[in-house]
Amino acid sequence: MARIVIDPITRIEGHLRIEAQVDGGRITDAWSSSTMFRGIEKILKGRDPRDAWYWTQRFCGVCTTVHSIASIRAVENALKIKIPPNAQLIRNIIIGIQNVQDHVIHFYHLHALDWVDITSALKADPGASSKLASSISDWPNNSATYFKEVQDRFKAFVASGRLGPFANAYWGHPAYRLPPEANLMAAAHYLEALEWQKDVIKIHAILGSKNPHPQTFLVGGMAIPIDPDSQNALNADKLIEIKRLLKKAQDFVENVYIPDLLAVASYYKDWAAIGGGEGNFLCYGEFTDAGGNQWFPSGVIVNKDITKVLPVDQKKIAEYVDHSWYDYMEGQGKGLHPWNGESEPHYTGPKPPYQFLETDKKYSWVKAPRYNEQPMEVGPLARVLVAYASGHKEAKEAVDMVLGKLGVGPEALFSTLGRTGARGIDCLLNARQTPKWLDELIGNISKGDYRIHANTLWDPSEWPAEASGYGWHEAPRGALGHWIRIKDKAIFNYQAVVPSTWNASPRDAKGQRGPYESALVGTPLADPDKPLEILRTVHSFDPCLACAVHVTDVAGNEMVKVKVC
Amino acid sequence: MSKQNGSATRNGKKHVSDESREYSVGEDLRQRGVSRRDFLKFCSAVTAALSLPVSFAPKVAEALDEIKRPPLVWLEFQDCAGNTEALLRAANPTAAEIVLDILSVDYHETIMAAAGHQAEAALDKSITDYKGKYICVVEGSIPMKDGGVYGCVGGKSFLDLARKVCGGAAATIAVGTCAAYGGIPAAVPNPTGAVSVKEAVPGATVINLPGCPVNADNLTATIVHYLVFGKIPALDAFGRPLFAYGKRIHDNCERRPHFDAGQYVEQWGDDGHRKGFCLYKMGCKGPLTFHNCPSQRYNEKTGWPVGSGHGCVGCSEPAFWDSMGPMYKRLPEVHGFGIEAMADKIGIGLAVGTAAAFAVHGAIMAINKDREPGDTTREG
Repeated sequence: MARIVIDPITRIEGHLRIEAQVDGGRITDAWSSSTMFRGIEKILKGRDPRDAWYWTQRFCGVCTTVHSIASIRAVENALKIKIPPNAQLIRNIIIGIQNVQDHVIHFYHLHALDWVDITSALKADPGASSKLASSISDWPNNSATYFKEVQDRFKAFVASGRLGPFANAYWGHPAYRLPPEANLMAAAHYLEALEWQKDVIKIHAILGSKNPHPQTFLVGGMAIPIDPDSQNALNADKLIEIKRLLKKAQDFVENVYIPDLLAVASYYKDWAAIGGGEGNFLCYGEFTDAGGNQWFPSGVIVNKDITKVLPVDQKKIAEYVDHSWYDYMEGQGKGLHPWNGESEPHYTGPKPPYQFLETDKKYSWVKAPRYNEQPMEVGPLARVLVAYASGHKEAKEAVDMVLGKLGVGPEALFSTLGRTGARGIDCLLNARQTPKWLDELIGNISKGDYRIHANTLWDPSEWPAEASGYGWHEAPRGALGHWIRIKDKAIFNYQAVVPSTWNASPRDAKGQRGPYESALVGTPLADPDKPLEILRTVHSFDPCLACAVHVTDVAGNEMVKVKVC
Repeated sequence: MSKQNGSATRNGKKHVSDESREYSVGEDLRQRGVSRRDFLKFCSAVTAALSLPVSFAPKVAEALDEIKRPPLVWLEFQDCAGNTEALLRAANPTAAEIVLDILSVDYHETIMAAAGHQAEAALDKSITDYKGKYICVVEGSIPMKDGGVYGCVGGKSFLDLARKVCGGAAATIAVGTCAAYGGIPAAVPNPTGAVSVKEAVPGATVINLPGCPVNADNLTATIVHYLVFGKIPALDAFGRPLFAYGKRIHDNCERRPHFDAGQYVEQWGDDGHRKGFCLYKMGCKGPLTFHNCPSQRYNEKTGWPVGSGHGCVGCSEPAFWDSMGPMYKRLPEVHGFGIEAMADKIGIGLAVGTAAAFAVHGAIMAINKDREPGDTTREG
């Protein structure tokens, strides 16, 4: 029986620590802790609700659009503002490419090194990599010469004796199973994806000035004007550039990401039975069309039962702080709905520097959100499962394609591998659907509709004395909700319950583990000093921790909080 | 100064490492198949970013030829990883070139393969082996309250890490407004006692590159400036390099003529908005903000906020979160000139006129030359 600690968990956003109990080569228990707190929420109180999107955007620089989207939706919902169709479509394009780019970066730059041994790539025969790559895709960069160039670049790098970000990793670990040629192919695509991501995300710079942190969102619409006859607005030149970049995005996803994902997964099929967790899933739905319908359906799945998709009822969401460093005014043991949320920080952990956290008491800055008192996993797997179980045509086709190619059944989705696979499927669906939003936008413009903002209710003097609302969004990492109360033109109460809060949550009042924690139980561990397997499962969730932190106003019960992504 | 003698020197001092098998950045790039032509192209881009005359490009190339992949460690504190993401969007050089060819990025939690104690060991090794020679980049503010419990890595507080790592660095680059000035965590009421790097480690040599997030081109230009000239660039009173923060957005704005002509956006999506009129009435903070956004732009010069129809929010200014808001409220006491006839007059007295109208910080800079960079008590 040994207690191991991984801190920092690298290749994520934010500060995450995992402590695990290991017995007989398996994890018997695990604790997930966020070790950073900012308290941005407190700062929001009393400010202009129209500014909230800019503040909350800073929860996260990785999924850099998601809080803006949730925030403007929350204010629009509170003030009953209906945005013009073009603004909706521009948001859809921004959301779509965010998801696509974010998933690719996650796969290649944050997750791949859990499965790919870069040092093995040095030993590969570039001809064999070429053959492998050509057998799974007709991507142009499949020649032996190309793979040799990449290999030479890595060889020269290693020969320098200074491995930089590749130093001290778990290279040579027995759990790495790809043959050298597959490792070289993946290493090449690691570099290609790095180039690709900076290009395709220029869509955000065209529509929203820059990325990260695009500056274009407005309560009531978008700030990018449309006018085909102006050089200062969205015109044909810019639209066609977006079209080109969306095609580039789709090409890479279809011809590199998905084939790589399937190739890598085929060597790790045992991971389709590891890391499943409790099997409860929550999805808010996304991509609202002109008729108010969502392209990705919302829903709740309980206990891995995909024969039933339950409707989402926001009243069933509550957050607990029994194991989080916060106090509730009426004591712990009870969850609070976001409307009435509190988050008075109260650190009771060990004084740094410390070796272990007191995991039987409070041990994280993340709260424990629960739906109907149950922990919920959110993210691409939840999104894909809800869509699949709801009979969504495109999702069903994509899921069946992936399962068919790997020769596994739908039960394989409830696993570390399933989570990683679902992210690829989600990416593919977004990559194929986003160009359609663009076509629709172009269609509107050609009909002479240049509206990008509602205009009504922009001026706070037109607002009611009090208003409240909420905004939901399916971020790359899953279900994100912002709740706002507006009073006297200012933010009275603001709270976000974000994907990584759901997934990284500690235990609740009943002692129920959060999704990372449940998923880790039972995971085999070949070498406790090199816990590669823990990284695999934790990374399969795509942690984004900067998010997960609340605070409230010191003054009584006027709570303002927010967490993130 | 010659690489043939086996050890690169700069300013008479041995530089970075004396491991004889190491190559200079230039040699290294050639080893890795980067052509001389591409290398020179990169040097020209950097020269331009540094606002140096074109004639400096060969000098940049020459200097880079002599510098061996200097070690860089990147620390993330109270951050959102936005500056890391900005680095990933860098084009001159690209993130892959920075990581593989130009620098030895020995520690960066978001990209590094190692985790846990192996990651901590990598950091320790780099800062021990290259003590006084490595570059440190910090992203995020540092919480000082309650003994630093609001931020820990590996059980150690951000403050202890900052003291140890920034204290031993040749120079520390504070990227983004949080590391440079405390940023959003330090906004009122600053729940965690968040401060800038310079405030947390007053003895460190700190260059501030504020912005939310930093413009990646300004970051790479700063690193290259340091490598090439062996010293940090000239800074303003807030610790920002003049080459990137020496001019006011309003004075370099492509929409400035519309301001002078009294042509403003009055409503989102109106005729003026579509035609690219001035965003002053929509709350643009360009008149108070020093940053090279209008020329440097973002994402390989694809866009910048005003160019895309949204006002500047002043993100590169200390305490902008509190001093510049609300975002859509127009700045007080900025005289709209209103009529074309005023333009000539404005043209003549531009700098003076603007300074008077905007309570500028150029003037404050001149008055408060000795002020500590962390001092945010300036007027807005």
